Amino acid sequence: MRIDCKHVWQYISAYIDGEVEAELREDIERHLETCEICSAVLDSTRNVIVLMADDRVFELPAGFSERLHARLDKELLDETWTE
Amino acid sequence: MREQKRKRRVTWQILSYLIVTIASNTEFDAECIRRIRAGEKHIFHDLIRPCERAIYIMLLSMLGNEAEAEDAAQETAVKVYLNLHLFRGESQFRTWVLSIARNEGLGRLRKLSNRREDSLDAETDEQRGDYTPAILTSWKEIPDEALERKELGELIRAAIAGLPEIYRNVILLRDIEEMDVRETAGVLGISEGAVKVRLHRGRALLQRSLAPKLKGFAPRGKGLFGWGA
Repeated sequence: MRIDCKHVWQYISAYIDGEVEAELREDIERHLETCEICSAVLDSTRNVIVLMADDRVFELPAGFSERLHARLDKELLDETWTE
Repeated sequence: MREQKRKRRVTWQILSYLIVTIASNTEFDAECIRRIRAGEKHIFHDLIRPCERAIYIMLLSMLGNEAEAEDAAQETAVKVYLNLHLFRGESQFRTWVLSIARNEGLGRLRKLSNRREDSLDAETDEQRGDYTPAILTSWKEIPDEALERKELGELIRAAIAGLPEIYRNVILLRDIEEMDVRETAGVLGISEGAVKVRLHRGRALLQRSLAPKLKGFAPRGKGLFGWGA
């Protein structure tokens, strides 16, 4: 089946996650072979996802972990923990 | 055909790895909890450590303030410890922890804004919006190394912060913390279908806002950008 660009955009997220049915996947891939706009939209979306997942985008503040565990030591480990 | 088989084999290897990783994490969590209950309280540090980053990022995304997010993260860790006896292992430990973090964030937002109890969840999937992506005629991949430049990280964080909350939360859990759909649905208390819809819309909004701005981070080389209208 021939599908148009809007149809492809609708499924781009599911396509990236490998969650579209085999038949639709084939239709999308056939469309991508000839549509440079949808190919660029797909590549840019995928790239944005890769960049977001990088640990450097959201770094913990310096000393965050130390302060958290110091608080736990101070406030919790003296508590009586019961079932 | 050979390429398809190779892709299938790689996919299966990734799935196997994920299954083993999730199973070993679950075993690690269960063993830690058993030991804490038996009196080895210090083990709680090891149990909560793998969740720290996710707790902080979720709260930062909700509260938009680093100091407030850090304070809320500490409160969350305290609450997790005090309520550990309530964890029954029906979900992954991380899912349960992030539900507590989210409640902590919501509680603080309510106090800050004096909003009605239900107003924070008022955004729904029914709302209309334009989720058309940025139209490009070609795309040059922005390499991970570009994140060494502070501006790129700031750009991405600002774009995520600018998303409506219901999309931001899903993006945060699925694309930044790399949780699966089920786990994300569990933390947010929504259906798996809603996770998929929100993820699609969130990614579309991010692509639209980020893609044109990322142009300057692409590596120089031969060939031209074909940025469309």
